[in-house]
Amino acid sequence: MAAIKTEHLTYTYSPGTPFCKTAVEDVNLEIEEGAFVGVIGHTGSGKSTLIQHFNGLLAPTSGKIYIDGEDLWADKQKLRSFRFKVGLVFQYPEYQLFEDTVYKDIAFGPRNMGLSEEEIDRSVREAAAFVGLKGKTLDKSPFELSGGQKRRVAIAGVIAMHPKVLVLDEPTAGLDPKGRDRILGQIRDYHAKVKNTVLLVSHSMEDVARYCQKVLVMNRSRLFMYGDTAEVFEHADEIAGMGLAVPQLTMIFRRLADMGYPVRRNIYTMEDAEAELRRLYAEKDAKMGGTPDAQ
Amino acid sequence: MLSDITIGQYFPGESVVHRMDSRMKIILTIAYIVMLFLSSNPLGLLVGILFLVLSYGISGIPYKMILRSLKPVVPIILFTGVLNMFFMDGDPLWQWGFLKITREGVLMAVLMTVRIICLIAGTSLMTYTTSPIALTDAIERLLSPLSRFRLPVHELAMMMTIALRFIPTLIEETDKIMAAQKARGADLETGGLMQRAKALVPILIPLFVSAFRRADELALAMECRCYHGGEGRTRMKQLHLRYYDFVACAVIAVCIAGVVLINRFAPVLL
Repeated sequence: MAAIKTEHLTYTYSPGTPFCKTAVEDVNLEIEEGAFVGVIGHTGSGKSTLIQHFNGLLAPTSGKIYIDGEDLWADKQKLRSFRFKVGLVFQYPEYQLFEDTVYKDIAFGPRNMGLSEEEIDRSVREAAAFVGLKGKTLDKSPFELSGGQKRRVAIAGVIAMHPKVLVLDEPTAGLDPKGRDRILGQIRDYHAKVKNTVLLVSHSMEDVARYCQKVLVMNRSRLFMYGDTAEVFEHADEIAGMGLAVPQLTMIFRRLADMGYPVRRNIYTMEDAEAELRRLYAEKDAKMGGTPDAQ
Repeated sequence: MLSDITIGQYFPGESVVHRMDSRMKIILTIAYIVMLFLSSNPLGLLVGILFLVLSYGISGIPYKMILRSLKPVVPIILFTGVLNMFFMDGDPLWQWGFLKITREGVLMAVLMTVRIICLIAGTSLMTYTTSPIALTDAIERLLSPLSRFRLPVHELAMMMTIALRFIPTLIEETDKIMAAQKARGADLETGGLMQRAKALVPILIPLFVSAFRRADELALAMECRCYHGGEGRTRMKQLHLRYYDFVACAVIAVCIAGVVLINRFAPVLL
C-alpha cells in the first residue's frame, strides 16, 4: 500500500485576494512504503508547501491526501494522530528547540503522543543514538550546543515519535560539508534500520543522487516527475533547464561523452564514476595504447 | 493564520494625498483636529465633513474604509454621545427621576459624535495614505528641535522604525515555529486556560531566542556599517515639500478661517 497518496492535490495561498498564489497544482502522487525519496525543485516550486500537506499542517484547497490509505481530512478529530504518523522536520529546525535540556526537548513529541515514561525514555535514547548524540549531551541545554548538534537534536525530536514517514525539509541547509555528510549518513542508516519511508527535500542533486532511490521533481507548482533516480536523471537537461544543478560528475561525464570518449552519460555518484573510469582505462590497456591519448 | 493581521493600515497608492510630504500630512491632520474643535456650530462641522469627503475622494481610499476605522471606537462614540445627552442643562425634552434629556443635550451629543467620527476618519486617512516608515521619518523630523533639550529623538525614531520593520518578520517566524511544534504534536487548540497558556511555552521561548538573536545580528550589522547614532547622518529619502503640499495647507487654512467666521457671524442654532 502506498505510504502517501495524493489525488489532484491543489493548494492556493490567500485565495480571493490580490496575493492569491497557487503553490501546488493538481499533484497526483503515490509514494511506496519504505522508499527513500528525494524531493527536488528550485525555490518557490512548491515543494515545502507540498510536504506540509502530508501531516495535515495545510489543508488542500482541493484534492485528497491518503496516508496509509486513510483520508487525512476525513475526520478532523483524528488529524493530530497523523502528525505522529508523518514526522516533519522543518528547515532550520534548531530554531524550534525550547526545553532546558536536550533530553526533554527530544521527549516533547513522544510526550504529546501520550506514551508512558519508560516508552518515552526508550524513544528518546534510541532517537539520540540515531543522530549520534552521546548520553552526556542529553543533560545539556540545547542552547549551548553547536549549530550542527542543535540540528541533530531537532531531528531526533521528530525521529523519537517513531513516524511511519519521515519528511526532512533541507536538513543540511547552512551546514558545512562535513556536517552535511554526517547528517545525511545518519538519515540513511536510520532508514536502513527502521525501514520506514523517508522524504528528503533538497536543492542538491548530488545529495539526492547519492542517497535516494527515488526522486520527485517539482517545477512551477506542478509535479514534473516521480520515479527511480536513474530514470529521473535521464532528463538531466530538462532538470538543469529548471534552474537545478545537475551533479557535477554527471556534467563531466556528459561532456566526456560529447567529446567522443566511450563513457556512459548517466553517471551520478562517485562510485559509478570510479567504476566507469576503471572500465575505460582497462579497455584502453587491453588495446595497448592504440587509440586516443588524452591530449 | 497570523499573517492575516495587517500591520499599520497603509493602503499603497499613487494619489496626491499619498505623495504629499508626510510631515505636512501630520501637521495638517493636527490642524484639522483643531478645526473640528473650534467649530461650535453645526455649519462649521459641515465644513469639516465636506473636507473629509473631498480628501477621501482625492486619495482613492474607498469610503467604506471609514467604517472600518470607526469600528474599534464605537463604544467611545456611544459613551460620549450618551453622556452629553443626559448631562446638559437646558430645556428638558424628557424627564424621568433625575434623568433628563434636554434640547441642548441632544444637539451637543450630535455635535460631539460627528466631531469624534470626523476626527477618527481624518487621522485614519493619514495612516491609510502614509507608510509607517514615512510616518516615523516625519515624526523624527518634526520632533528634532526637541533634541536640544536632550530628548533622543533620532534614537526613538530608529527604535520605532526597527520595531515596525520586524513585525512581519516575527509574525512569519511565529507561524513557522507554531507549525514546527504542531508537527511534534503540540496541541494549541484544546484545553482550559492554564493548559493553553502552558502550550504557548514551546512557541514563546524559541520566538524570544530568535528575537534576541536577530537583535544581536542587526546591531552588529549596523555597527559594521559605522552606525553611531543620528549625528551627521544624511538620509536616503529626503522629504520635499511640493506645490500640492502648499495647496493642501491653503485649503485647510481657508477651512479654518471659514469655521471661525461661521462661529462669529452665523446665527447660533442652539
